[in-house]
Amino acid sequence: MSSENLAREVRELCLRLCHKHRASHIGGAYSVADILAVLYQDILEFHPEDAGWEGRDRLFYSKGHACTALYAVLEKKGFFQNLLEEFSVDGTYFTSHVNHHIPGVELSTGSLGHALGVACGTALAGKTLGKSWKSFAILSDGELDEGSNWEAFLFAPQQKLTNLCAVIDYNKIQSFGRIAEVLDLEPLADKLRAFRWQCLEVDGHDHQALRQALGDFKTGKTPGPLALVCHTIKGKGVSFMENQLAWHYKSPNDAQLEQGLKELAAHA
Amino acid sequence: MRSTFLSTLLDVAKHNDKIFLLCGDLGYSVLEPFAAAFPQRFLNVGIAEQNMIAVASGLAKEGYNVFVYSLGNFPTLRCLEQIRYDVCYHNLSVKVVAVGGGYSYGPLGTSHHTTEDFGVLRTLPRMRVAAPGDPHETAAITRYYGSLAGPGYLRLNKTGEFCVHPQSLEPVGPTTYCLKKGKTTAVLANGSMLQDVFQDPRFELNQWALFSVPFVKPMDLDWLVGLAQEFEELISLEEHQLSCGFGSALAEGLMDLYSQGKISRVPRLKRVAIPDVFVEHSGSQAYLKATVGLKL
Repeated sequence: MSSENLAREVRELCLRLCHKHRASHIGGAYSVADILAVLYQDILEFHPEDAGWEGRDRLFYSKGHACTALYAVLEKKGFFQNLLEEFSVDGTYFTSHVNHHIPGVELSTGSLGHALGVACGTALAGKTLGKSWKSFAILSDGELDEGSNWEAFLFAPQQKLTNLCAVIDYNKIQSFGRIAEVLDLEPLADKLRAFRWQCLEVDGHDHQALRQALGDFKTGKTPGPLALVCHTIKGKGVSFMENQLAWHYKSPNDAQLEQGLKELAAHA
Repeated sequence: MRSTFLSTLLDVAKHNDKIFLLCGDLGYSVLEPFAAAFPQRFLNVGIAEQNMIAVASGLAKEGYNVFVYSLGNFPTLRCLEQIRYDVCYHNLSVKVVAVGGGYSYGPLGTSHHTTEDFGVLRTLPRMRVAAPGDPHETAAITRYYGSLAGPGYLRLNKTGEFCVHPQSLEPVGPTTYCLKKGKTTAVLANGSMLQDVFQDPRFELNQWALFSVPFVKPMDLDWLVGLAQEFEELISLEEHQLSCGFGSALAEGLMDLYSQGKISRVPRLKRVAIPDVFVEHSGSQAYLKATVGLKL
């Protein structure tokens, strides 16, 4: 399967999940869907039947609210089944912020600004123990408001964490407004470079560009700490969701489900 | 206590290559021997406590038992949510060590008064909360934490404490120590308060019993049942706010035991603790304790 097809399947499943279970945050799930698809299809090493395999690459998903995208990609890659039936159902571990009790989820998140520091600690352990696996953190843009991230941004280059990559899903919209209007991050790439990170900017929906940048990090051609700033569109893939703050919260009704599925299928 | 903690941890780390020590840019003249002995397992992460706990969590996920060392409120209240969610929820082996418990850095001001840590931390599931009363208890708890999977909190005083126990203690984990036998009244001392009351002549005069109780959590309920059966009055002593601390834990335990029918009567419990105030003036630890009424 190509990463493009995987991304489309992930978006379809996210749509069904949010429709069936009245879940939120589909906008952020769609902005990160291509990033996740490229990572899981072409970059990360893992064994779905042995989720805790020691040699796996560690992926820390800091934007835990966009859980449907991570859960969907993990199901598509074979970590578990029955997501659509079990998601957010009483008694299952499929909470609507990602949960480490689910195979393939390294860290429960949902409170923002937690995962990058943990990814730093894991990268430090990997370096200390001479491991070849890599440590990835996927961050939202809004959560860069949290000071804890900037503590971690200071820490990683100081410790020369060449095995660490922070992927930033820069969709320009946070919970209650546009980034530029709430707490502007610009010039983001310059800030990260000033913090002594390698920083690359890519179109976060361009699979080839993502593959190139993430692949070069994975092979060691681009040593970390690498910040990959992915310019994305909140709600990407379904026209009426794109760039709309409301889809941080709304879940699709029956007509919106049909319309969304139709638009996604047209991209096949 | 600081030096005992460090010398004990050094010894533990010699036999356990999974011990890692992080500090938040504090520990001058204390931590250097560990840094020299185990440079690969020591790191000063800077004045960034949220990141310190997160990094500790990442290291713990990869199999380390990580001690994080800083002062009072900084590795506790400042980064509370990281402790709650990253450490406790994931049940990771991170041991938070705070030096300067209570008013031991009294003259440095209210920022350095560590007087709400028990209450905040003991509500966290999986967390253990301990404040040793002398160097031997410090060593025993450090060894226990060195072999314990999961979270723990160790509140240290500072330096110069005398040994109450005549010899080293087994690292058996949460336990209580009967130091003076008595009847009718039992004094239950936590942390530095043990130092203050140990030589009080009233133990002999009044035949009071004295227990050292370093662990605020978990509370030994079997021991509490015995206390309730044996004594008419309990006096708890702690260098912590009255609410949610050691005395509160005792009161809760006694009430739970009574409501469950495991004890038939509840002894009077007098709680000596800080009466819900900040101390806003300067003062030595002894002076500030006296100011807020921390005395037997």
